[in-house]
Amino acid sequence: MNIHEYQAKAVLRQYGVAVPEGEVAFTVDDAVQIANRFGGKAVVKAQIHAGGRGKAGGVKLARSLDEVKNHASELLGKVLVTHQTGPEGKLVKRLLIETLTDIKKEYYIGLVLDRSIGRVVMMASAEGGMEIEEVAAKTPEKIFRESIDPAIGLQGFQARKLAFAIGIPNELVNKAVKFMLGLYQVFVEKDCSIAEINPLVVTGDGNVMALDAKLNFDDNALFRHKDILELRDLDEEDPREVEASKYELSYIALTGNIGCMVNGAGLAMATMDTIKYYGGEPANFLDVGGGASEEKVTEAFKIILADEGVRGILVNIFGGIMKCDVIANGVVAAAKQVGLDRPLVVRLEGTNVDMGKKILNESGLAIHAADSLAEAAQKIIQLVG
Amino acid sequence: MSILVNKNTRVITQGITGSAGLFHTKQAIEYGTKIVGGTTPGKGGTTIEGVPVFNTVEEAVKSTGANASVIYVPPAFAADAILEAADAGIELIVCITEGIPVFDMVNVKRYLENKKSRLIGPNCPGVITPGECKIGIMPGYIHKRGHVGVVSRSGTLTYEAVHQLTQLGIGQSSAVGIGGDPVNGTNFVDVLTMYNNDPETEAVIMIGEIGGNAEEDAAAYIKEHMKKPVVGFIAGRSAPPGKRMGHAGAIISGGKGTASEKVAAMEAAGIRVANTPSEMGSTLYQVLEERQLLEKCKS
Repeated sequence: MNIHEYQAKAVLRQYGVAVPEGEVAFTVDDAVQIANRFGGKAVVKAQIHAGGRGKAGGVKLARSLDEVKNHASELLGKVLVTHQTGPEGKLVKRLLIETLTDIKKEYYIGLVLDRSIGRVVMMASAEGGMEIEEVAAKTPEKIFRESIDPAIGLQGFQARKLAFAIGIPNELVNKAVKFMLGLYQVFVEKDCSIAEINPLVVTGDGNVMALDAKLNFDDNALFRHKDILELRDLDEEDPREVEASKYELSYIALTGNIGCMVNGAGLAMATMDTIKYYGGEPANFLDVGGGASEEKVTEAFKIILADEGVRGILVNIFGGIMKCDVIANGVVAAAKQVGLDRPLVVRLEGTNVDMGKKILNESGLAIHAADSLAEAAQKIIQLVG
Repeated sequence: MSILVNKNTRVITQGITGSAGLFHTKQAIEYGTKIVGGTTPGKGGTTIEGVPVFNTVEEAVKSTGANASVIYVPPAFAADAILEAADAGIELIVCITEGIPVFDMVNVKRYLENKKSRLIGPNCPGVITPGECKIGIMPGYIHKRGHVGVVSRSGTLTYEAVHQLTQLGIGQSSAVGIGGDPVNGTNFVDVLTMYNNDPETEAVIMIGEIGGNAEEDAAAYIKEHMKKPVVGFIAGRSAPPGKRMGHAGAIISGGKGTASEKVAAMEAAGIRVANTPSEMGSTLYQVLEERQLLEKCKS
């Protein structure tokens, strides 16, 4: 789960990790009032779940309340297109109004899981403000790493090594170390999947603080973080994905015209791949889970059919423990219940597959049974034209 | 021979009285797996499906001599169940549970560093040696005893591969699901090493997916050490970046972990990679034919 920058900074503040003073504004009036309390000067930052806001014009400096008003009016309700939003962009509904920071130099600090060793790694670089992937690709020697033993956590010497390596001024190293240790504490205690401070800044008055902050959280751990769950902003998520999650369906919207329903994540991906391999475009990823019960299949059909771009549906189920005849009955009942109005190709494989196919063929519905995934993909591509 | 499990493996089910635990315990017993007991805290002293239930894994091991466990405990308690099994000296721990917090697994992996236990999974279908021992949720009947090793990050794609092989008359030595989570107990290289050393295994199918670089590591191992032919498949060629494709570990992040990188690394290591999942079995068939292994593998 992703949260906004202002929310991430509030979480950091709870742990004593230094961030500039700032507040969220939902209206132009809010923005002006907050800036007024900050002495009239402020940074106005669009809050959307995507990076690259600065370059896209989503971050503006205001030296007077009039400028705050102008910037806030311009940004609120604007669709911001950054390299991370896709061409459709994201609508700005919230602003972070922050005090001006006297920046001396920018750095990068990040915490992320290193899957190859199964440990969290802190990364640091003097190339603040640049995307870490770009730095990693062009100048990997400029990124310093410390892997963290979960039994004892990030140690002071590790943070010091990183601080010296990236050239934090000697007199500020202790503040940088405190910052890094605090950030690691947030990462562990809140079950983050990513914590990225880009840039971390050294200020004119001798502080080390997070000018920007990105925190992502492990979805599997949200059950133990009610406070974080409350920060979820449904406006930032695809409504179909939100609906699917209510039924424990794993759904991701794509841009093609062939809806997919599959059991198992690997097979669901492979089904999309096969459609693409034969020249079609999948409209979604959808894993109904191992069971593929009638209820789940019905909900899955509803979600797929709600996408007006869908011209046909491919169902691909490997019936193992759950037998194909049971699945076929479920598919037929679900198709009748939702009033299926678009071509449907079903590929069943596994236990009682012949009974399953018979049920599909005798259902009286326009269901096309296929023997293999390759055949099913080619059939549905032909049917959607 | 086979890898990891055989007819002598003595298995307990952790979470045996839960619905998933009970269902799959029945299925395993039917298949012929030696299920010797189970645990559910608070239900110790009872019997279910003809096997004794214990409060702790330690008691279960003492009473039954179990050397393997399978975990069907809900995600919030699954890491604790793994630790309990390792502490009790269980040699092979198979964790089926999906949805365990990543940091719990970071801690588990650290704890296992000094233990003799091997963990398979989590978020996996389990391990099977056809005709001898089935630990997990895979449908037993699709398997056939034989000489091809299967290893995969995905459950249903494992079933696809196994089913295709069996239809072609090619049996399996063992099939191992290593799971779809970003932090797991056993990786491709571990399983490939076992297949490489198993005299019964003649060839391997390896099924990967987007995210991480386990497939690249496997390719490097295969190039350097593997004596047997390997056929591969990678799921997620059409996956968009930055989206978690069902499995917690199936995500292209920062432009890394794409299917094309993995396919390229595998092909460079001499692995024949199937274009679609429908072709996993036939691709292996072809390779066996070329290497003159078909006759042995079809017997």
